[in-house]
Amino acid sequence: MPLRQGGCVQPVISIQQLSKVYASGHTALQTINLDIHKGEIFALLGPNGAGKTTLISIICGIVNPGTGKVLVDGHDIISDYRAARARIGLVPQELFNEGFESVLATVKFTRGLFGKPANPAYIEQLLRDLSLWDKKDARIFELSGGMKRRVMIAKALSHEPQILFLDEPTAGVDVELRRDMWNMVRGLRERGVTIILTTHYIEEAEEMADRIGVISKGEIILVEDKAALMHKLGKKQLTLHLQQPLTHIPEALANNYPLELADSGHALVFTFDVQREHTGIAELLKDLAQQGIDFKDLQSSQSSLEDIFVNLVRSRA
Amino acid sequence: MNFYAIRAIYLFELARTWRTLLQSIATPVITTSLYFVVFGSAIGSSMTQVHGVSYGAFIIPGLIMLALLTESISNASFGIYMPKYSGTIYEILSAPVSYLEILIGYVGAAATKSIILGLIILLTARLFVDFEILHPFWMVAFLILTAVTFSLFGFIIGVWADGWEKLQIVPALIVTPLTFLGGSFYSINMLPPVWQTVTLFNPVVYLISAFRWSFYGVSDVSVGISLAMILGFLALCIGAVAWIFKSGYRLKN
Repeated sequence: MPLRQGGCVQPVISIQQLSKVYASGHTALQTINLDIHKGEIFALLGPNGAGKTTLISIICGIVNPGTGKVLVDGHDIISDYRAARARIGLVPQELFNEGFESVLATVKFTRGLFGKPANPAYIEQLLRDLSLWDKKDARIFELSGGMKRRVMIAKALSHEPQILFLDEPTAGVDVELRRDMWNMVRGLRERGVTIILTTHYIEEAEEMADRIGVISKGEIILVEDKAALMHKLGKKQLTLHLQQPLTHIPEALANNYPLELADSGHALVFTFDVQREHTGIAELLKDLAQQGIDFKDLQSSQSSLEDIFVNLVRSRA
Repeated sequence: MNFYAIRAIYLFELARTWRTLLQSIATPVITTSLYFVVFGSAIGSSMTQVHGVSYGAFIIPGLIMLALLTESISNASFGIYMPKYSGTIYEILSAPVSYLEILIGYVGAAATKSIILGLIILLTARLFVDFEILHPFWMVAFLILTAVTFSLFGFIIGVWADGWEKLQIVPALIVTPLTFLGGSFYSINMLPPVWQTVTLFNPVVYLISAFRWSFYGVSDVSVGISLAMILGFLALCIGAVAWIFKSGYRLKN
């Protein structure tokens, strides 16, 4: 969970008035203001081309910012770039690697690049944790896609960063590796590492993240605690499986409740807002009885983060 | 100063040389040996001395310079182009490393490789002809200065290139012709007066002339002017690299 000092959540990354227009004229980021809290898992969601990778690339130093300011643990990414970058590890979306290098050599190279002295014991443990130790002398091009992804993670963690960026880390990854990866992310969070991830697997963000940010067309359109977001924007549905199918919803019900027929008239779906104190379920059930509509079963479901995300982005389109 | 980063880049680049020993070392040594056999022994044996030096010995500085220029450019341009091509440039750009440190790592490794190669060619030449080195200090100084300068030039080409063709085009169409026409195999005094004047616009003439002077004490142009030309080109390359890093040209955008 985010670390707090004096009751305030301490930002480990502070993005202020950040924008980016590429030389081609494409506006990748409009004005971005965002704080990432120390020790949290922050999921950044957004459709393709929304600006997620540009935002991460600017924070990490790969792309020059346009206007604005970014502080990493209080260090400006431009004027104090050494201190800022030393705290960050990045697993990029693409599988970039030097194919002819060995696994061990490339991981040791990254550790050196980040100004850390050799630490064979740490590197060995890291490779063992990622099931790479047996492959330490293999050249990278000999590895499978999943193993290459593990190498990218090992490189990102080789210098013991305090902040880890995972840009679509599970894209094209098998189930086993995905599970291992999220176990590792949980372990890192327990050790106080701040994790910022982008993912297309929204159920992963829903399961893993403490907070959710949604970016669309270069603009942060929402930042919210995940539980609060689910509560605030989530809709619940009550589905009643009817004894007898209906051809239409009786007018007395249709005028008072947001109802829909489903399953060729065999089910009646009632959508209600979880925030409301009175959901209206009790009244609906009474009215159904008055109308002589019997049901044999009922079930409720809550909208997923994916539904929320899709609705948010659509509403901005 | 991030010495660990410099060391990491430097050793990483040198490791590529050991992995590709045949291509990196053996190929240029064999090529240069063939020059000695053809020009030094076969043709040179029927030629008179040049500036009081046997033709076989006369071409040694030029051949070393030929290899030094092409290998410095090739090593440095490939060194920085490869991470751009493979995408691994992201970790160089996101590391807590200054532009100077990046430069020292890549250019240092490229220059080291070409200097080792130059010295191997020098030793190989000894198998074919006798020669002397009158000014060993200056010989080493010119060797290092030229390797560093042209490694910087290669670095610029590697940053500029956005495809394999561009990576080859400057060395193949500009550097190699200038080197061959820069007096590797002849003294510019052997040319007609008009071509002697034209040749003076070729910067490689000054490199070879100065390097040859360090061996035999004879040169086509003044050693001072040669040194000034090399330093001028070095300053030009440093300026270009500084601009590249400041603007992020073809690296950051």
